[in-house]
Amino acid sequence: MVDTTTAIEIADAVRSGTLTAADVVESYLAEIDARETDIHAFNLVLADVARERAADVDAQVAAGADPGPLAGVPVALKDNLCTRGIPTTCSSKILGDWKPPYDATVVTRLRDAGAIVVGKTNLDEFAMGSSTENSAFGPTRNPRDTSRVPGGSSGGSAAAVAAGFAPLSLGSDTGGSIRQPAALCGTVGVKPTYGAVSRLGLIAFGSSLDQIGPFATTVEDAALALEVISGHDPSDSTSIEQPSLDLRVALDQGVDGLRIGRITDLPSGASPDVEARLDAAFDALAAAGAKIVDVEVPAFGYGLTAYYLIAPAEASSNLARFDGVRFGSRVNAPDTNQMYMATRTEGFGDEVKRRIMLGTYALSAGYYDAYYGRAQKVRRLIARDFATAYADVDVLLTPASPTVAFEIGDKASDPLAMYLCDTYTIPSNLSGDPGMSVPFGTGDGGMPIGVQVLAPALEDATMFRAAAELERAADGGAS
Amino acid sequence: MLGVSDRITTADVSKVASLARLTLSDDELAQATTELGAMLDHFAEIDALDLDGVEPMSNPTHLVNVMRDDVVGDCLDRDEVLAAAPVAQEERFRVPPIIGLDD
Repeated sequence: MVDTTTAIEIADAVRSGTLTAADVVESYLAEIDARETDIHAFNLVLADVARERAADVDAQVAAGADPGPLAGVPVALKDNLCTRGIPTTCSSKILGDWKPPYDATVVTRLRDAGAIVVGKTNLDEFAMGSSTENSAFGPTRNPRDTSRVPGGSSGGSAAAVAAGFAPLSLGSDTGGSIRQPAALCGTVGVKPTYGAVSRLGLIAFGSSLDQIGPFATTVEDAALALEVISGHDPSDSTSIEQPSLDLRVALDQGVDGLRIGRITDLPSGASPDVEARLDAAFDALAAAGAKIVDVEVPAFGYGLTAYYLIAPAEASSNLARFDGVRFGSRVNAPDTNQMYMATRTEGFGDEVKRRIMLGTYALSAGYYDAYYGRAQKVRRLIARDFATAYADVDVLLTPASPTVAFEIGDKASDPLAMYLCDTYTIPSNLSGDPGMSVPFGTGDGGMPIGVQVLAPALEDATMFRAAAELERAADGGAS
Repeated sequence: MLGVSDRITTADVSKVASLARLTLSDDELAQATTELGAMLDHFAEIDALDLDGVEPMSNPTHLVNVMRDDVVGDCLDRDEVLAAAPVAQEERFRVPPIIGLDD
């Protein structure tokens, strides 16, 4: 067993030759072997691919070359990130055994940094859900309590890190799909500023909302992973023309003088244990020298409505490409229109159909102005209200999830109840600002609770500065 | 739980499903109408907001019409792309007849 547990420790040891990537990979594969049957974090474990890649990394080190800042670090990828020649399913039947003809930019950047992909992780189909129960391949279970959900939609990636199957993983976050499962599984999870990380090769759900980000066991590991995957990509027209984010420099700065916002008109609905941990987080940052400032973000509470009109509208358009012509599966029929209908009816699950229909409705003639048009205006109000608040504070703290992880099946029959899981995460997807969940103690049933740190666009480093202080406070026994 | 909404009818949902190239059974149609109606009822909370003069926001960046230089670059390997398709023939995606089928 490898006794180093963080990505940074592993990379340091592999680069200096005190540990081989082969040993690292075998150690993590053994963990996967031992518990994957109970957790189901992965759609596909790439044991042989990972072993070959580890041999490459070790050969580089032996030849005196530096494989990079993530040398020998196992990484799990959400299965909506394209991997060339390796099945990429979005946990949907409609993609069949489709093998992408290219790698997502984030996958290329991880590999160029020396990382080793160990598997593709389970998700709610096409990233639509908050529990990873909506997968064509069955649910993922929370490693802290396998009767509970891991959150979603990046539940497999969160569970993989929480279970010790990989020190790092990547997910995607359209309305909270990294931060909410991170909170429920007790890992760090980051949604960066929109446009900071290339979306090339992320199978699109809501293009104006989607961002790729890391899960890790420490804030520093998450910072390193995000440094590696961020930075301008000319192949993504929504990629911001900025170099890679510089984050680790902020981790030791402390929060003396930092202005931390408490949103006084935050939507209610968080359970008492979550509220208590949020209060403790404010206290911890105040004790470390931060200034707590009350602010209002009046439109925050309309985020859910705006999101559930905008995201399905974008999804209905994006998922039109799955028609049985170019990718994966097809159900044969006498003409093309019947073939499209049969392929999509057979290939998509219930939640995906629900959202496609909601989005199609919101965009259809006669309803566009009343629904999609008004939602886009509400989106502007939310962005404006955040900007007003950020004139007075550097970061905001909120719950990441209203509750700790719930039991599998609890919300499966009530779509709206499931949507409410994302109340606190959705608004920053609409505004495009960064947000992250940091583990901060436990609540009901001993389950983890995450505190969400939000910051203005491109102030990801400031967000990490506050997150690092929360991590120090949590490690110090604040819970 | 879900109630009956007057915001959307089964005829609306049937039309939407057809536009989205989805087939619903009668049961699925009834259930979808109930579920979508409940959502639209919830979304009615923004009906009362005064949004006059608010500019719609389509995305968070300020990027407009991002262009690249008009130079030849790498592209995807044709055989690899076609190999991932359900049916390919003569270097093209093959589909069933589009029009003119005799019954």
